[in-house]
Amino acid sequence: MDTNFAKSRRRDLILAFCLAAIAALVPLFVKDVYVQNIMVLTLMWGALSQSWNILSGYCGQISLGHALYFGIGAYTTALLFTKFGVLPWFGMIGGGVISAIIAMALGYPCFRLRGHYFVIATIVIAEIGLLLFHNWDWAGAAMGIDIPVRGDSWLKFQFTRSKLPYFYFALALACVAWFVTWWLEDSKWGYWWRAVKDNPEAAESLGVVVFNSKMGAAAVSAFLVAVGGSFYAQFVSYIDPESVMGFQFSLLMALPAVLGGIGTLWGPMLGAVILIPLTELTRSFIGGSGRGVDLIVYGGLIIAISLARPQGLVGLFAPRRKEAAR
Amino acid sequence: MTAETIIQSLASGLLMGLLYGLIAVGLALIFGLMDVVNFAHGEFLMIAMYATFFLFAFFAIDPLLSAPLVAAALFVFGAVVYLLIVRFAVRAKANAGMVQIFSTFGLAIVMRGLAQYFFTPDYRSVTHSWLGGKTVSVAGIFLPVPQLVGALVAIAAFGALYLFINRTDFGRALEATREDAGAVALVGIDKNRVFALGWGLGAALVGLSGAVMAMFFYIYPDVGASFALIAYVTVALGGFGSVFGAFAGGIIVGLVEATTALLLPPSLKAVGIYAVYLLVVFVRPRGLFGSM
Repeated sequence: MDTNFAKSRRRDLILAFCLAAIAALVPLFVKDVYVQNIMVLTLMWGALSQSWNILSGYCGQISLGHALYFGIGAYTTALLFTKFGVLPWFGMIGGGVISAIIAMALGYPCFRLRGHYFVIATIVIAEIGLLLFHNWDWAGAAMGIDIPVRGDSWLKFQFTRSKLPYFYFALALACVAWFVTWWLEDSKWGYWWRAVKDNPEAAESLGVVVFNSKMGAAAVSAFLVAVGGSFYAQFVSYIDPESVMGFQFSLLMALPAVLGGIGTLWGPMLGAVILIPLTELTRSFIGGSGRGVDLIVYGGLIIAISLARPQGLVGLFAPRRKEAAR
Repeated sequence: MTAETIIQSLASGLLMGLLYGLIAVGLALIFGLMDVVNFAHGEFLMIAMYATFFLFAFFAIDPLLSAPLVAAALFVFGAVVYLLIVRFAVRAKANAGMVQIFSTFGLAIVMRGLAQYFFTPDYRSVTHSWLGGKTVSVAGIFLPVPQLVGALVAIAAFGALYLFINRTDFGRALEATREDAGAVALVGIDKNRVFALGWGLGAALVGLSGAVMAMFFYIYPDVGASFALIAYVTVALGGFGSVFGAFAGGIIVGLVEATTALLLPPSLKAVGIYAVYLLVVFVRPRGLFGSM
């Protein structure tokens, strides 16, 4: 690669490190629990959207069914913990591996589909998962699972007194998701994915194994999303099918990336930093009566961004860098 | 399970299926015309149902009579949505597919929010309409009258749509534009006008189904979501863009749903529809009647 690109990648890494360091210091000054809660959610959705972006942004396979992997992560952790006393850390890895395997098993038939047929297949598969969990008595069916408090430690990944540990885990997750994207962007896979997104036939003819590269993207993406789901289960300590596998989660994972810039390194995080606090604040200040003002603001923002800046907001911050990244 | 229950549920499945076809055909029409999937389709249905409800509640106009009014209102609404949003979405240079999906998704979210704001999340229903709650017995099978009328409306609408597309100038312009939007401009057809009218027509059809649905279904801000997914599956099953495919897809979806409800717990009845969709597209990635 030319030196400009290498330089800009190094600059990205340094910038990410600085931002993460600053973010890590913020809770020392911001003690308000409500604000800390928003920060945890922002980092979590940033991480999820970053993971979604690997399959849907870089590889161009738009999935609106990632709630399935989020839910599988959450359920694996919660079930292993409540039924067998397995520590959430193992549940997290287990959920990730199960999700990655399921993503590949589903990808096998689905990746032959194109365009809207693929998008609808992803929605429908997640919906089937939701309905199955709704009817799965051992997993709590529609009642869900109440995760009992068994301690206050990193070992058990439960914290009753403070939100700070959750914040640091969410920050770590966001860093991992970012770093994985950063690393993959300049790997063989990253180039394959962009080739598959732009023109699968041409990519195939140049020796890219299109099918395998889609499968790889799906597995990485699903694994990271499931880890996010595990974290969410521990964070809210109560899950039911609708609250971890509902369609709105699939949408929420996509939106920060859409807002910030699909298929870009910084887009998902930037989108989450804008979108999540905005939604949380409108919800608590105007939408508290449950009257939908938050939805209006939110939906209006999506329409405005997707029409006015289809390439996302990220280009606004580094207009010249965009050319280099192409 | 007797033969009678099977026939009974298949018959109601068929009626519901025809209605699913009517809900979905607007989506198929718009997609065929300009390759855009309207992800706010369910919300179009939702406002049609509310319009029917308010015409009934305030002016005591029965859904049967208000159906044409609602369809006309939705026609205007669909054309306006095209002119204000979709027209710009299809022009996007970057991420074109994404922009279409998310601009109409954004619209769906706004419409749901507006409905919650103005109409409250309460469940409403059109009570004591002329047909509501009535059933007829045909050869020992009981059929709910609203659904039966809905199915007849659907058949009539499909017939009218067929004649409209094949026999009128606008219909021919619609066909021509879907074949080649660039070439029609050369023969003096304003592409934007055809697209706007196409959106109007698609919305009018969903308006018609909303008026019928209001006779027997609860009306609430999220009502569109559950029917929207069925509509996408219906359209994709039939093959995107095929009007006949939407009709056939609707019937298949209705029958599959009824069959699943016989075999599995009622809460799982949608699983059958989704599974059939997946099976069909895995075998034929373009749906049953879709062209390449």
